[in-house]
Amino acid sequence: MKHLTAHRLIEFLVGLLFGWGLMIAGMTDPGKVIGFLDLAGLWDPSLAFVMGGAIAVGVLAFAAARKRASTLLGGAFHLPASRDIDKPLVIGSLLFGAGWGLAGFCPGPAIVSMAAGQGKALVFVLAMVAGMALYEFMDRLSHRPPAQTA
Amino acid sequence: MMIDWNHFTPWASAWGGIVLGLASALFILINGRVLGISGILGGLLRPKPGDAAWRVAFVLGLMTAPLVLAMVAPPELLTPPRIEAGYLTVLAAGLLVGYGTRLGSGCTSGHGVCGLSRLSPRSLVATLSFMTAGFATVYLIRHLL
Repeated sequence: MKHLTAHRLIEFLVGLLFGWGLMIAGMTDPGKVIGFLDLAGLWDPSLAFVMGGAIAVGVLAFAAARKRASTLLGGAFHLPASRDIDKPLVIGSLLFGAGWGLAGFCPGPAIVSMAAGQGKALVFVLAMVAGMALYEFMDRLSHRPPAQTA
Repeated sequence: MMIDWNHFTPWASAWGGIVLGLASALFILINGRVLGISGILGGLLRPKPGDAAWRVAFVLGLMTAPLVLAMVAPPELLTPPRIEAGYLTVLAAGLLVGYGTRLGSGCTSGHGVCGLSRLSPRSLVATLSFMTAGFATVYLIRHLL
């Protein structure tokens, strides 16, 4: 039981840290995101630095994880099993990118901004959850097994 | 190409990115999972038994972040967000992001940060796809319509 509580606390703190990272990086400002996506206008390259910083640390962490049989707490790794580059991957990502460009929000920053009291972020998150529910509904209709998520 | 020097924040963005990388590192090394927001949230809609609590704990942490930062950070660090899109556009964008990230199995965090960090070809294709669609959408809105 104590072990379980420690796990929940770690997940909470990692969520907290991730939220701070998004805010420090400027990801919670849709204007900044769109400034990066606007190559033909006044371009703000900041997001490339966000990706660079995150991946520099991430590469080391995932390389360390690959060498281990279990997590630091002795648990199992749950890594995405799918290796196929298929239509759902590409079409889904294109739809996501279109939505990202429309408003300048991706899922993490939208949740953080909603919690900060942004009305538009609240509308975005509600619509996002509805879009996810629509996916679940259609997925169940087509009887495919639940998607493995990256 | 013209650089927007007024809004360009290389240091803050790189440090923020390092914090995102650290959070992702802790998550894979301690919890054994890929830190992907759309997957963590989407998994709550049809959770398997025992698979919901960790997701809720993470999302609550994410939502607590701005509340704590607002108390400790100097106000000039927290610039108010610029949101150009109207409510209807935001609604459509949310639907696209929700449906698209689930169909494509991930978003900027799961594919863009973690997937690229673990050198996943699937995530590279996903990241190139959503980046391309993002560039094209903004070009369409700002320069063609």
